[in-house]
Amino acid sequence: MPVLSKDKRHAVQFTLNGEAVDGFVEPRLLLADFLRHHLGATGTHVGCEHGICGACTVRIDGKAQRACLTLAVQVDGRSVDTVEGMAAPDGALSPLQQAFHENFALQCGFCTPGILMSMEEFLETNPDPSDAEVREALSGNICRCTGYAEIVAAVLQTAKQLREAPTQGSE
Amino acid sequence: MKPAAFDYLRAETLDEALEAMSEFGDDAKVIAGGQSLMPMLNIRLVKPAILVDISRVVVLDYTKTNHKRFEIGGIVTQGHLAKSGALQGIVPLLAKALPHIGHFQTRNRGTVCGSLCHSDPSSEIPLCLATLGGTVVLKSKRRERTVDAQDFQIDMLTTDCRPDEIAVAASFPTSDDNTGYAFSELARRHGDFAIVALAAVATGDTIRLGVGGVAATPTVREWSGLSPADLEDALNEFAWDLGGSDDIHATARYRREIVRRMGAKVIQEASDARAQ
Ligand code: FES
Ligand code: FES
Repeated sequence: MPVLSKDKRHAVQFTLNGEAVDGFVEPRLLLADFLRHHLGATGTHVGCEHGICGACTVRIDGKAQRACLTLAVQVDGRSVDTVEGMAAPDGALSPLQQAFHENFALQCGFCTPGILMSMEEFLETNPDPSDAEVREALSGNICRCTGYAEIVAAVLQTAKQLREAPTQGSE
Repeated sequence: MKPAAFDYLRAETLDEALEAMSEFGDDAKVIAGGQSLMPMLNIRLVKPAILVDISRVVVLDYTKTNHKRFEIGGIVTQGHLAKSGALQGIVPLLAKALPHIGHFQTRNRGTVCGSLCHSDPSSEIPLCLATLGGTVVLKSKRRERTVDAQDFQIDMLTTDCRPDEIAVAASFPTSDDNTGYAFSELARRHGDFAIVALAAVATGDTIRLGVGGVAATPTVREWSGLSPADLEDALNEFAWDLGGSDDIHATARYRREIVRRMGAKVIQEASDARAQ
């Protein structure tokens, strides 16, 4: 592949929530900024910009990762999922979103997209987590409002619900 | 908090990456997972002229066991290893340390070799490599060389990796019979940088203890045939020799106390594991 020069914009294309998207970017552009400013997908939030807070977490090829520690050019050809892809086309919330709603697991909502993306992967890899495991998995996301108890409750409720009616929630 | 501008090369082959490193040397930075490098780029602590991305160099995406060595290719992620249940039987110390590294979202991307090259004093993988006596394989266009962990970690955030070299693999000694391993660390929050990290290996009456987070590089000490009272003295001496300093997270005195107390604990745990 040729060297992409710093003062030019280069084509990137990838799949965002199942749909093909593309754009022209400088090599240094962060994926988080590409999503928000170029594609208008502002569901992904940006807090610390150095990997600590987890607000920008998206799924790249299914794995939860920091969009602030990823360059837009790096996801060329990949598949990216963000909070915008969670609800059904008719607006019906996903089971995890619904549980957040019911358990009051968000207040300002700044941390929520990153937590939803993280917990979605977590529940796929660990469908029957303990309270302690949920707390450990949440350690990579900072929430300054809720005190986490409601988030833990929402994740545990979703896990239970998906175990009992697995087809309903699988995306 | 946006990176300064840089050129970008996504290498498709190892040759392409090595060619670029030989051409750009000091002006270039290798990126694999980027979980240490990207924050430094964002804060503009580093401003390379060009970023050489090896994350799609598939020949570096492998692990293999060979002559009592477990070799991990240059782009294997921490998360990939953590999920492989087999690691516990192959390099138990590393398997115990992996869950402490950052968070699962950063492990999904962070690589073993990247962590070694970043060489943070409190980082878990360099500590495991040093404690077990592993090696790093460095490759440039001209040659390939294998460096012992002790010689690789030169100083805080400084390694023996030369400007034209790429760390293509890390090699860990596999677990020995009748040997116990233990890992523990103290951090403010799960996944934060360790204030002190400790790794212990117990074989026969020999004990090896590695400590990270206190000195500039992981430091390892080995003792044989110590009585419990001797061990206490030895740990105290080790704690002082590490020469930690006060910082925002803890005082040097606190770190010494942790080395003494948690040191005794991990040694006990490794010794118990050996007996089984
Ligand atoms: S904005 Fe990416 S982790 Fe905080
Ligand atoms: S709801 Fe406000 S930060 Fe989590």
